[in-house]
Amino acid sequence: MAWFKKTRQPIKADRASRMPEGLWVKCPGCSRVLYKKDLGGTLNVCPRCAHHFRIPATERLGTLLDHGRWTEHFAGLASTDPLQFVDTKPYRDRLAAARQATGLEDAVIIATGRLDGTDVVMAAMEYGFIGGSMGIVVGEKLTRAAELALEQRHPFIVVSCSGGARMMEGALSLMQMAKVSAALARLDRAGVPFISILTDPTTGGVTASFAMLGDLNIAEPRALIGFAGPRVIEQTIRQKLPEGFQRSEFLLERGMLDLIVDRREMKSTLALALRFMGAGAARRPAGNPAAPPPLPH
Amino acid sequence: MPPDTLDFEAPIAVLLREIEDLSKLPSTPERDRAIEDLRTRVESIRIDLYAHLRPWQRVLVARHPARPTVLDYVSHLFADFIEIAGDRRFADDRAIIAGLATYKGEPVLVVGHHKGGGDTAQKIQRNFGYARPEGYRKALRAMKLAEKFGRSVVVFVDTPAAYPGVESEERGIAEAIAYNLREMAALTVPIVVVVHGEGGSGGALGIAVGDRILMHEHAVYSVIPPEGCAAILWRNAERKVEAAEALKLTAPDLLRLGLIDEIVPEPPGGAHADGAAAAALLDEPLERALRDIGALDPDTRAERRYQKFRQMGSVGITGE
Ligand SMILES: [Zn+2]
Repeated sequence: MAWFKKTRQPIKADRASRMPEGLWVKCPGCSRVLYKKDLGGTLNVCPRCAHHFRIPATERLGTLLDHGRWTEHFAGLASTDPLQFVDTKPYRDRLAAARQATGLEDAVIIATGRLDGTDVVMAAMEYGFIGGSMGIVVGEKLTRAAELALEQRHPFIVVSCSGGARMMEGALSLMQMAKVSAALARLDRAGVPFISILTDPTTGGVTASFAMLGDLNIAEPRALIGFAGPRVIEQTIRQKLPEGFQRSEFLLERGMLDLIVDRREMKSTLALALRFMGAGAARRPAGNPAAPPPLPH
Repeated sequence: MPPDTLDFEAPIAVLLREIEDLSKLPSTPERDRAIEDLRTRVESIRIDLYAHLRPWQRVLVARHPARPTVLDYVSHLFADFIEIAGDRRFADDRAIIAGLATYKGEPVLVVGHHKGGGDTAQKIQRNFGYARPEGYRKALRAMKLAEKFGRSVVVFVDTPAAYPGVESEERGIAEAIAYNLREMAALTVPIVVVVHGEGGSGGALGIAVGDRILMHEHAVYSVIPPEGCAAILWRNAERKVEAAEALKLTAPDLLRLGLIDEIVPEPPGGAHADGAAAAALLDEPLERALRDIGALDPDTRAERRYQKFRQMGSVGITGE
């Protein structure tokens, strides 16, 4: 008696969109109901109030890299659950679910491509993968990406979107902060550009390592950016935090960000920054970072 | 319970109470012998307990108010200590100390968190070891001073966490830690790190990048405090005992995972039972570390420090 049953299509592992399903979406910024197709044309920024919807890593790369094209690197790196961590459910199950939901092995995509004609190495974090948390695979991929950028003398750009270090890999996760920062020290000394883009949210061990180490630290508007989570701080001080605390605008005012850039202006802003940085860094003789680049012919 | 005994030390506490009661009686050969017997039993139970500490028990030991502080180790092992203050930017953070000292006849720089020990006024003054941005900036300023004059750095780690307060965020706690991680990776002088108490997440790591990482037998080092982990993953902070087990935060765990280089033994009953003995046990590993690292030429040392952190995590990664 199965005549009324619908045939279920197997759910295809798709790179998860943070956009809710359906044709229409209510903007959390201005409460207006928006037609989703319209949002696609504005890079998922509300055309009325400029609320920035969270977007998946693949979409991020598509908006920043020329022709929406890139080559992915180190995509097969995966965690073996070295601590055999179990809380209310095994970490292995959480990993499997995240892989299924995002089509990724872990919470960052490393890409090479061009930004306004300049070769770059770009990393985009995927919040849909266990909150974009940094464990050993994210740390390893970012380190390899920084090393690739150093070797090729191409600018390195990281788009952060992460709740911080991944608890289920314990102190191994913690040490990724030092590991990635050590690779960035080498980029810094070699004069290779590193630009950090902070999106909603960027917190914990990600903020307290690579996300704050950009030659430029650029945030999207109204992104939550901080070290301790707002709830932890509220417990410490035993009072409510003021409106806007730990948002991009707060950090800019306190001197922690270089600029806040609307997603629709991000690519053109990056192109100008790379031009300033002579990116072009590849044209600079190695071992002599102070020498000016040769004039173009 | 007698002061300074931990929950799991209850069998010891009972005996200590008996000793206390007996001590009030007039001295007789029988009484003295009974006290002596009890003391022997206390010691043997203590040795047995500390040989089989569970992770959560180690957390309690690592947080013990009588655990030696950086200044205790300085007074036992170092000479000519001159504390230096301030980040030259905003303030002096008393939760992290820095100072010039002499170790085995050589000038060195000492940096370390200080929780305030067992004294309430000092605990408050030092914010219970929760450092603010200026503490991390002071630490790095001091380390750059060591670099300028070619002196080795010895770091003592003991903090619950970086201070999770409004002013920390306002003044860029994340930037302060991040910048330390990057600059310590590239510091040209030897750095030896001693995790002797609580290695509290980014707040610990923010001064703990180095060439050799020593960790005390009962110290802990974790990505998050067990209570915080339990509150998030179990949605119940009372599950901290399970969280402590799951996080693999003990010295043997970290050694096995390739995150530390060597375990520093503690006296029977833990470092808090005998600070002088704890310091004496640190002396040889510390001297050896400084000698080994100091003997390397700077380029080799820089490359090894990079590779040391570079390999962290490889144990748990598969694929290409
Ligand atoms: Zn809106």
